[in-house]
Amino acid sequence: MSQLNHLLSAADLSRDAAINLLDIAETMASVNDREIKKLPTLRGKTVVNLFFEDSTRTRISFELAAKRLSADVINFSAKGSSVSKGESLKDTAQTLEAMGADGVVIRHSASGAAYTLAHSGWINGSIVNAGDGTHEHPTQALLDAFTIRRRLHGAASTGKALDGVKVAIVGDVLHSRVARSNLLLLNTLGAEVHLVAPPTLLPADASGWNAQIHYDLDGMLHTVKPDAVMMLRVQLERMNAAYFPSEREYARVWGFNADRLALLGEKALLMHPGPMNRGLEISAAAADSPNSTVLEQVANGVSVRMAVLFNLLSGERSIDNV
Amino acid sequence: MSNYLLKNVSLVGQAPTDVLISGEHIFAVGSDAAKQGASAEVIDCTGLVAVPGLVDLHTHLREPGFEASETVLTGTRSAAAGGFTAVHAMANTSPVADTAGVVEQVWSLGLAAGFADVAPVGAVTVGLEGKQLAELAAMADSRAQVRVFSDDGKCVSDPLLMRRALEYVKAFDGVVAQHAQEPRLTEGAQMNEGVVSAELGLAGWPAVAEESIIARDVLLAGHVGSRLHVCHLSTAGSVEIVRWAKARGINVTAEVTPHHLLLTDELARSYDAVYKVNPPLRTQADVFALREALIDGTIDIIATDHAPHPDESKDCEWSAAAFGMLGLEIAASVAFDVLIDSGASHWQRYAEVLSHNPAQIGRLSQQGQPLVAGSIANIALIDPTKRRDAVSTESKSSNNPYLGLTLGGEVVHTIYRGYFTKRDGSVAAVGRDHTAKAGN
Amino acid sequence: MVARTVLTGDDIDRAVTRIAHEIIESNHGVDNLVLLGIPTRGVLIANRIAKIIERNDAKFAPADAVGRLDITMYRDDLATNPTREVTETVEPALGIDNRVVVLVDDVLYSGRTIRAALDALSDLGRPKVVRLAVLVDRGHRELPIRADFVGKNLPTSREERIQVKLLEIDNENGVVIAS
Repeated sequence: MSQLNHLLSAADLSRDAAINLLDIAETMASVNDREIKKLPTLRGKTVVNLFFEDSTRTRISFELAAKRLSADVINFSAKGSSVSKGESLKDTAQTLEAMGADGVVIRHSASGAAYTLAHSGWINGSIVNAGDGTHEHPTQALLDAFTIRRRLHGAASTGKALDGVKVAIVGDVLHSRVARSNLLLLNTLGAEVHLVAPPTLLPADASGWNAQIHYDLDGMLHTVKPDAVMMLRVQLERMNAAYFPSEREYARVWGFNADRLALLGEKALLMHPGPMNRGLEISAAAADSPNSTVLEQVANGVSVRMAVLFNLLSGERSIDNV
Repeated sequence: MSNYLLKNVSLVGQAPTDVLISGEHIFAVGSDAAKQGASAEVIDCTGLVAVPGLVDLHTHLREPGFEASETVLTGTRSAAAGGFTAVHAMANTSPVADTAGVVEQVWSLGLAAGFADVAPVGAVTVGLEGKQLAELAAMADSRAQVRVFSDDGKCVSDPLLMRRALEYVKAFDGVVAQHAQEPRLTEGAQMNEGVVSAELGLAGWPAVAEESIIARDVLLAGHVGSRLHVCHLSTAGSVEIVRWAKARGINVTAEVTPHHLLLTDELARSYDAVYKVNPPLRTQADVFALREALIDGTIDIIATDHAPHPDESKDCEWSAAAFGMLGLEIAASVAFDVLIDSGASHWQRYAEVLSHNPAQIGRLSQQGQPLVAGSIANIALIDPTKRRDAVSTESKSSNNPYLGLTLGGEVVHTIYRGYFTKRDGSVAAVGRDHTAKAGN
Repeated sequence: MVARTVLTGDDIDRAVTRIAHEIIESNHGVDNLVLLGIPTRGVLIANRIAKIIERNDAKFAPADAVGRLDITMYRDDLATNPTREVTETVEPALGIDNRVVVLVDDVLYSGRTIRAALDALSDLGRPKVVRLAVLVDRGHRELPIRADFVGKNLPTSREERIQVKLLEIDNENGVVIAS
């Protein structure tokens, strides 16, 4: 099995590596189901959650993952630390290195921050990108793929990819790191990807992207009959930058409401990375329907992140191999 | 001041000949030179090509206010290293160069340093805020004799203000140099809007934000009958617009930077902020269009947009980094690569785009002069056979995007008003003493 | 490299049969008995042992009483060795709480694998008793661990390598020492 030095982008994973991580996540999931939810695997290792952006749920997910593998966890959030007074990414990283971090999970508002941290030479540990600006969120894509695989194959998921599975990603694709990572990973796993959004929320030039683009959500649901629909969170600030005229119009045209829920097959998944704007991109009824995988995604997040930390932090590391 | 006999030098690509320099001037050229230069110091220039000293229409010397990145002294030393004998210092200093006082200060610093003529650029609007015209006439009248006005760094986006500026500078033969960037279309922009920015998740700077301003400005310039200069052209579309304007007789000139002639937005994939610049690096198609335009005359000059920044402004995540790249020490080599080494053009064009034309646009009568007897001795001597690593050694900053590249056409000597500011590859320890009497 | 066969396929069969009977004997029957094979070859041997126990006493149902225990996550050498494949742990249907658990592995050497197995086992539940059955004991223990049921004691030097080959995955049966 290949071992990664860092997980910065979903593109870092080959098909085999991705399947392997998902399979290890299956094992981790069974640990999370038993009474003693603990493995000694990363005992003595230190994992730092370096969060420059507010995110309680992702941070807790990584914290839980590290602790279940018996690693020591340090949480560093930018608010209330010297970073808010202007300490640079470089200085923060070098401070952590001096304290001996084996792994750093970084969330930052700047696209490319994880890449810069991994290749700068400021820090020796393994870097996990927990979301960098509007660029990528690879562990989210992994947990989404894991969720789809599990719902489709149940206990027989091990070793399987997502060949031929039709997945639609709906919403603010332009600003979504979840969309970018999912686009890459789903393609790697053989899925067929569809993007649905108002034209203003799609990149000006998506010609290099391996996906079908739709503006019409209902049309897409009718013609494609996707196996999974992934709703993206809408940020209300986008309204002020004229990406769409109003919440009402957005919800009416691209929101997942009861009518669209009815168009979904019984077995189809309705996914959301959270947190949800109930009533905007997803209706309450849809969010609470049997198709909804929102809570499973959260649980699966811990298993997947355990698999990622295990891969990055155990075993020999060639530090020069960045 | 000394006398020098440059032996066996090719003047702008012609057959080798001799040049005698006496004091500030070229005294003689050809067989005369050797005859009259019996007591002169001989400089063997076999294999070297001489062009008139390079003139940069777009440099950021950072002084006053940002001396941590560069000063007039270090900036002009960098210029001398690159073969330049004159630079136009952009106005986005602190305080902004929007009064006679500040431009005279910059001019004096240049004179005292003695490595190149420093022609300060005056801001178009007070504080570069784009609201109110600065005292352009006062700056034109000052000892700095400002002729080029620019809010570079920012765009004069208000169409009414741009019209007024274009009209006003006619009074003293000035030119408005526009940094074309529609602010509303580029809020928060980080790199060229395109395939790469979509993948990297960095906010895009669309080509149309540059082109729409240039289109508006050439029409305004045509309408009021004034000179317009367009800074750092970066897109194929902009080239089309300038070509159209010139064909209609509109008095517009355009510049291109060395980096836009060589580098593309693919470099941003490393998230290395050394490649972050405004306007951003564009696509390969744009690079080809700009090169073509430089050769066919649509683009008149190469200007460096030398923009030094301290390490901490570049050694960080992309979106926190400053925009700008060094250029003074590499420009001559990039031009050599694009015009001479490629076989696409010739030394005459090289001299035009790097010396004659920029001197013309800036109205610097003592620069860009032909290499004949009687001209002021501003000369750059280039070795066409020498390839060298593209390192920058004189600037205070190190944001050099050309590291790792090897380019040809190294500047071996730079002569500034008869004084060697660069000799045998090294910049002189002190600059030319402007107070020294001629004939000493 | 010189290789010599120390156990033939028949030798293995006889050893496995004897181990199976010894297990029944020490347990006074098959009540509460559960086998856990350690991947990869420990699982195959556990299955063979299970079949023989079943033939002897039909009350023992391999489908309910045999499982596999993956110990990758509990190894003490994770930081220094390349990351290994992780396989699934499958508890037998009878569970392990209060059971007589017999761990089964192919070769007992330093004892570290068994130490890891004991840690893994204690995170799964609380057996009444834990015993160890191995096909080959090659000595050189680094921890105070001993097997209860041994197929064959094979004194070896540290430079030698033992290869256990089982038909199910190696296309032949035999134990070979290579030096």
